[in-house]
Amino acid sequence: MPKHLRVRLGLVLIVVAASVWYLYPPQKTINLGLDLQGGIHLMLGVEADKHVASQTDRAAEDLKGALERKGIGLKRIAREGNAAIQVELANPQSWNDALTVVSEFGAFERRDDDQAAGRFKLVMSERRISQLRDDAVRQGLETIRNRVDQFGVSEPTITRQGSERILIQLPGVQDPARAKALIGKTALLEFRLLDERTSVEQALAGQMPETSEILYRREVDKQTKAERKIPYVVQKRSLLTGAELTRAEVQADPNSMGNWQVAIEFTATGARIFGEVTEQNVGKHLAIILDGNVYSAPRINERIPGGRAVITGQFTVDEARDLAIVLRAGALPAPVVILEERTVGPSLGADSVRQGLIAIAASAAIVFVFMLFYYRLSGLIADIGLGLNLLMLVACMAAFSATLTLPGIAGIALTIGMAVDTNILIFERIREELRVGKTPRAAIDAGFRRAFTIIVDTHATVLVTAIILYQFGTGPVRGFAVSLFVGLAASLFSAYFFSRLLFDLVYGLRGKVAKVSI
Amino acid sequence: MIELFHSPSFNFIGRRRWAYAISVLFIAVGLVSIVTKGGLRYDIDFAGGTLIQIRFAEPPTIAKIRASLATIRLGDSIIQQFGDVREFIIRMPLTATSSEEVSRRIESALAGGGVGKFEIRRVEFVGPQVGRDLQLQAVYAVLTGLVCITLYIAFRFDLKGGVAATVAVFHDVLVSLGALSLTDREFSLTVLAGLLTIIGYSVNDTIVAYDRLRENRGKFIPKGQTFEQQMNTAINQTLSRTVLTALTVFFSTAILLFFGGKVLEDMAFTLFIGVITGTYSTIYIAGALVVDWTNYVEGRLRRGKKAVAKA
Repeated sequence: MPKHLRVRLGLVLIVVAASVWYLYPPQKTINLGLDLQGGIHLMLGVEADKHVASQTDRAAEDLKGALERKGIGLKRIAREGNAAIQVELANPQSWNDALTVVSEFGAFERRDDDQAAGRFKLVMSERRISQLRDDAVRQGLETIRNRVDQFGVSEPTITRQGSERILIQLPGVQDPARAKALIGKTALLEFRLLDERTSVEQALAGQMPETSEILYRREVDKQTKAERKIPYVVQKRSLLTGAELTRAEVQADPNSMGNWQVAIEFTATGARIFGEVTEQNVGKHLAIILDGNVYSAPRINERIPGGRAVITGQFTVDEARDLAIVLRAGALPAPVVILEERTVGPSLGADSVRQGLIAIAASAAIVFVFMLFYYRLSGLIADIGLGLNLLMLVACMAAFSATLTLPGIAGIALTIGMAVDTNILIFERIREELRVGKTPRAAIDAGFRRAFTIIVDTHATVLVTAIILYQFGTGPVRGFAVSLFVGLAASLFSAYFFSRLLFDLVYGLRGKVAKVSI
Repeated sequence: MIELFHSPSFNFIGRRRWAYAISVLFIAVGLVSIVTKGGLRYDIDFAGGTLIQIRFAEPPTIAKIRASLATIRLGDSIIQQFGDVREFIIRMPLTATSSEEVSRRIESALAGGGVGKFEIRRVEFVGPQVGRDLQLQAVYAVLTGLVCITLYIAFRFDLKGGVAATVAVFHDVLVSLGALSLTDREFSLTVLAGLLTIIGYSVNDTIVAYDRLRENRGKFIPKGQTFEQQMNTAINQTLSRTVLTALTVFFSTAILLFFGGKVLEDMAFTLFIGVITGTYSTIYIAGALVVDWTNYVEGRLRRGKKAVAKA
């Protein structure tokens, strides 16, 4: 065997060996998309505006405290829009003193001064706003990642998309509703006093101070599944939040059989505040509120010193466990909304895999038989090339850990049809050369040489569409683009380089070739 | 040697007027269907909304499903059997309620509706924002595809060829869209992927014919052969390859269409139509347009020269 043949044969063997090595074992190396193995795909939108608004609220609260400490009275202080605070002094005389205090709030600029009326507006700087928005998304991402890790999902994908979206992919999750509840919950835990001077009836009629609001406790009847909402009049000011929490554990509820509760423990600061709050408010009711829902509002009987509390509320063990997870992972800085959801159950995924494999096998079989029938020995060469093509395609996907989706399977089936195109181009060319009377070897040589440029062209055009599909597509469509792309590369190698080698081995080693089987 | 065609010499280009008429007819029928049906039917990928796929233990009737959904005021949802007799999809337009709330309500309504045991196999929800984004992206993707292909051919061959190939591809896209509308299929993300694949495939065929034309012109051309005849020869010379490749791709897509499962069906259908029209447009549209264009330009040049000679 001449040297150049041995080198080429060696190269093919290396490619085959590498393919098999990357591919083994197939269950571990092939990355199935969510549509094939089941799972959840979620696109969340972060309502970053709300983070800006809550930071503005907090600044207004701080400003009020700072002014009061200086003995400056206020007629009115309120947030306007998301990032502005309207301030009206009780006495315009204290204008200059007030401005000294305000000057310490660096993130805000003063506008619309009306010294005579003692009115001004504080507007958050654009830079601070965009920083806060960015924080909201980054912290949200971190928090969700934390929650998913504690929930226990293997190989989750959690990434930021664009400026204010978060993409979450959880393969193989069996209970999508539960996972969504876990991810989407803001989990803002607050401890607030009930407004005991206003009755529920008054509040529902709209007669309540600006500092109070109505929140509800949801009660679900376990038998009928009917939901009841019980109103509470709650002070708006929260005394303590989940940010001061160090531990959250699931416990059996000692007072109600079959229900579970979450025991929480505060940090040192949290425990001190909790101690003070309970000491100052003995006899009053303290509401435990999560995301605007009241969970319970027990009466404070005495000072609670150890910094421990429990959250009760008819939880099942799973609900209690998930609540503990979100409390430990912390609250999202801003609420999130689901913009897009695609959930595929595991049984549907398995069906898709089965049908997809049948489709690939069937189209491969038809093309194999067709080529063999039409081109005889040359067809067999093309078929061997096609086999190598498929092997390389799947191995490449494994090597680059590309994801195989259902449209991706369609892409493979289609690649089979297109891969033989290269062979057909070459073989038709060889036949033409034979017809004009060339010898077999010269015809093979000319056929491969003349077909080369057009093969490059046909690959290039499909390559262009594959790249565009990848650029614009998401999820499954990307999978299709990847299959096409890899299929093209594999087809150049197997249908051109490899089948040329086989032709040379079959026809090149013998002394004289009378006829080509084509 | 088995041959589909032995030295074929069909007069493709000569019959181009007929081909134009047929193409215009097909496109017109498709467009009329799209217009009378109030536009393409968009899948929830583009229109937004919620889709739930459910498999029942026993095949239920659509009426029964609808009756149980009516109890939660979702009785006017689209309910379709999907592949298997036990498998159904329920499709709801965008509402203010969240997707998990909708699927929870449907689950409890069906549980009390006497349709037997069932399993929710798929939930898809696309919000209005995402749907709009995807619509825009789809348009960009198709346009970018067409522009890139034109540029590639203009670079490899000439501008006329590039434009003609693009017109042929655009023709294929229109015919496929019309076929989707006529068969009441929905335009989804995977259908879009199918369309883009057709763009790549259809151009592929056209390039092969152009390449042959150029190769022939580089060699000896029989005296007195018009450009029209040269193009016809090139198409005939590459005919068996065109048809053979079309056949293998046709087989592959036919199998996807019939065995690939319900989820892939619409995409496979698009590819299936695309292969047929892609092959046809290579033979009849792309080459013919270049011929007509070249004749037009040369005619003007000749008239221009005569005018110069007179003056």
